[in-house]
Amino acid sequence: MTAYASTRLAARSRTGAPTVRRVRRHARTRSTTVCLGLVVALVVVAGAGLTLGDYPLPLGQLVATLAGHGSTASSFIVLDLRLPRVLTGLLVGVCFGLSGTMFQNLLRNPLASPDIIGISYGASAGGVLAILLLGWTGMAVSGAALSGALVSAGLIYALAWRGGLSGYRFVLVGVGVSALMLAVVEYLMTRADVYEASAALVWLTGSLNGSSTTQLHPLAVACLVLVPLTLLTGRALLVLQLGDDVAASVGLRVEVARLAAIALAVLLAAVATAAAGPVGFVAFVAGPVARRLTRGSGPSLVPAALVGALVVVLSDVLGQHLLPVELPVGVVTAAVGAPYLLFLLVRSNRAGVGG
Amino acid sequence: MVLTTTPTAARRAPEQASLRGRITPVLLLAAGAVVLLSLASLAIGARSVPLSTVLQALTQYDPSDTDQLVVITSRLPRTVLGLLVGAALGLAGCAMQGVTRNPLADPGILGVNGGASLAIVLGISVFGVTTTAGYVWFAFAGAAVASVLVYSVAALGREGATPVKLALAGAALTAFFGAFTTALLLGDRQTFDQFRFWQVGSLNGRDLGVTASVLPSLLVGGLLALVLGRGLNTLALGDDVARGLGARVGLIRAGTAVAVVLLCGSATAAAGPVGFVGLTIPHVARALVGTDYRRLLPTSMLLGPILLLAADVVGRVIARPAEVQVAIVTALLGAPVFVVLVRRHRLAGL
Amino acid sequence: MSGRSSVERRDEGTSHRLETQGLVLSYGDLPVVDDLSVTIPDGRITVIVGANGCGKSTLLRGMARLVNPVRGAVLLDGRSVHHTPSKEVARVLGLLPQAPVAPEGITVTDLVGRGRYPHQGWFRTWGTADDEAVAQALAATGTTDLADRRIEDMSGGQRQRVWIAMALAQETDLLLLDEPTTYLDLAHQIDVLDLLTDLNRQRGTTVVVVMHDLNLACRYADHMIAMAAGAVAAQGRPSDVVTAELVQQVFGLESMVVADPVSGTPTVVPIGRHHCAEPASRH
Repeated sequence: MTAYASTRLAARSRTGAPTVRRVRRHARTRSTTVCLGLVVALVVVAGAGLTLGDYPLPLGQLVATLAGHGSTASSFIVLDLRLPRVLTGLLVGVCFGLSGTMFQNLLRNPLASPDIIGISYGASAGGVLAILLLGWTGMAVSGAALSGALVSAGLIYALAWRGGLSGYRFVLVGVGVSALMLAVVEYLMTRADVYEASAALVWLTGSLNGSSTTQLHPLAVACLVLVPLTLLTGRALLVLQLGDDVAASVGLRVEVARLAAIALAVLLAAVATAAAGPVGFVAFVAGPVARRLTRGSGPSLVPAALVGALVVVLSDVLGQHLLPVELPVGVVTAAVGAPYLLFLLVRSNRAGVGG
Repeated sequence: MVLTTTPTAARRAPEQASLRGRITPVLLLAAGAVVLLSLASLAIGARSVPLSTVLQALTQYDPSDTDQLVVITSRLPRTVLGLLVGAALGLAGCAMQGVTRNPLADPGILGVNGGASLAIVLGISVFGVTTTAGYVWFAFAGAAVASVLVYSVAALGREGATPVKLALAGAALTAFFGAFTTALLLGDRQTFDQFRFWQVGSLNGRDLGVTASVLPSLLVGGLLALVLGRGLNTLALGDDVARGLGARVGLIRAGTAVAVVLLCGSATAAAGPVGFVGLTIPHVARALVGTDYRRLLPTSMLLGPILLLAADVVGRVIARPAEVQVAIVTALLGAPVFVVLVRRHRLAGL
Repeated sequence: MSGRSSVERRDEGTSHRLETQGLVLSYGDLPVVDDLSVTIPDGRITVIVGANGCGKSTLLRGMARLVNPVRGAVLLDGRSVHHTPSKEVARVLGLLPQAPVAPEGITVTDLVGRGRYPHQGWFRTWGTADDEAVAQALAATGTTDLADRRIEDMSGGQRQRVWIAMALAQETDLLLLDEPTTYLDLAHQIDVLDLLTDLNRQRGTTVVVVMHDLNLACRYADHMIAMAAGAVAAQGRPSDVVTAELVQQVFGLESMVVADPVSGTPTVVPIGRHHCAEPASRH
């Protein structure tokens, strides 16, 4: 039996490996196509962001300016005003997109987005405290927001950790902490005078109005560090998805990996919020949209990052140029993201797959 | 000897048995606490009124006595509203967690706050409404519309309105309405100036007229919620088992949703968005009387006012002579309690 | 490590790669596994049986380093499993836990491929060896035809075979399975157990299975460990060990032990309160 069985075994595997390769290639191709499509869309929308405005630029002039051959006026408009804004939006979108899909994946819960579990509210509280109580503006507010996000994340983690990290507990504690932060923020808004409160409201909404090259640099540096590290956790995330027991038995150090991943996700959300305020919905929506496009089952990190970037840049372009009144990006992302999520829900509900 | 139970299961059994006997003393104690807090609410404030005067005001009202005047015209409506709102939120929270089988469920998950806020902002900016009594109708309409939308979206598909679908639909709609609300507020400073005060739930400045306008819907919602106890118990076993036992799952869900909308919508319309009561009270109730909804619902109904009135009294005291709104205090009190509950793993079994 | 053909089966498994020494495992304050010392014979199929709550699943998970011991040690190739880097252990020992959950929308190839984790590094992510391993795992479990199907569209039996394929893709010498047949119908149970036997006979994989079904355990086990209250009640060949007295001690069940007409291994025939034939036919 043994000799026969082993040749049968060998023969079967000879036909097997090409099948495996074919299936894997098919999935990879779909993922790559989606990413390319997103990049193309991103380039188009970014181009719109650079050409549209009070001083519309024809495409040829835009390209020339980007290459360094523009007039002083167009150089100023493109390189000093619009490009930092578009790049900030792009990086903020990447950070939120990655953060959101990581949280949702780690905590195995589509509701587990940094907006909902308190990290963004912590950042808001930090920022609003800075504006209303300390009278800060500009970069100092961003710093306060970053601290707020980190403090609230640390608080949530410490409160939710009990001999290990349960996803459900993390989300619940996050909801509790975020409601508390929200109450603090709203209270401060009632105690300040209306002008200060209005300024706080703008900041609370998430806006790219304060973008500048000086503000872009710290964001870019942070992304340069965080994004590659995040992509490296990709394989660990795939294995964590299968449950703690399976993950441990294939050799993953579960607690360490999960802690590292959460830390990265928090930092990404914190950095993005510090740069543009708590732009809502991007983190929530990027992961589900990316997965639906790639028909994948993992965290789909790169597609989610690209979806996040696309949502933010597109929303900013819409909010600035294509609506009768100028709106900050946070309003548009919610107004655009929410109906899309509802549409996804309706469609998946109809097909009987939702929930 | 066959070992058929694990050690932890054996430990849990006696605990459940002792809880079953506790319902009457719990309800009596809770009712007593409600009465005490109501009296406290009538007595405590920017000016302290002695208890004897309070009792006199309630029995032999003399309008010429300033203290009695304050008690009857200012604090009594406030206390009555606090009782009703507390009861409504406690009930709504309990029902919501039962129908969604989700300890995360707060009645606000149905988008009630988002819808109410948008409607009020529209009321202020478009229709020029300025009084709390005026807000009530807008808020209620907004809450109702939002909840209906959320429930309809979540209920599409084979499984009906499951916890995840409800939560997602609620979050989506809240964000959507929030975007429009913010857009309107950013453009209109005057509206913002009015709205930012309504946004923080408070019992201040609401006369009995406000209470009267939401009373019918509160009563209907409350009665509906209380009779759903048996249905929610069955639903807690899972949809399939529930159907197998003959329960009309869709009807129970719809009925609960209507009750929650009525209760939560009225409470938000009258007092503004008050958080945490609906979220934490059911957990406290569960720790006291177990998981039977026929007990949980009345217990939540009595515990809610305790939290709300206590929060209101505290709010009057900690920043004398100014006031901290009741929603802030419920958040400050409720959040740590909720976190403690989550940590102590008292969330097993809905 | 791939495709070892038949392995010489020594009559008595004298060497052992996996053993526990004075192992104490507990959840909270109560010890679930109490001062247990067992050795798992190499190249054999070992089945652990016992009543609910006797600690068999906990023992398995402890041996796979998923649970930290209160006292005692689990030794793999002479080294403590808790002091060896997890990936290194994972290249030698694999565990399929009870009722694993697959993420939504995952395909067979994707899931089986994730079992290759211990053989991959930061920068070497996927190569031909991995394709081969996955293909062999699919072939060994007869799931090659299902390669691009989604897990959630499959029957329980197919799903379990795919999970076993994932464990196989890890290419370990030892394979531990926690109740792999509990939720399957009888045909699929036999299917899975025959598959595990093929793996053992053809590749020499040491298989340790926790099972509920005592009769199937008797048929398929080379070595049986019967547990009660966190300790070993008996261990050895089923034909040596399984007696009516043991069944009474471990399961609290009155029974008759006869020879299985198909395989000759012990079969436990329960004696309940009903359906007993004339006392004369019982011996």
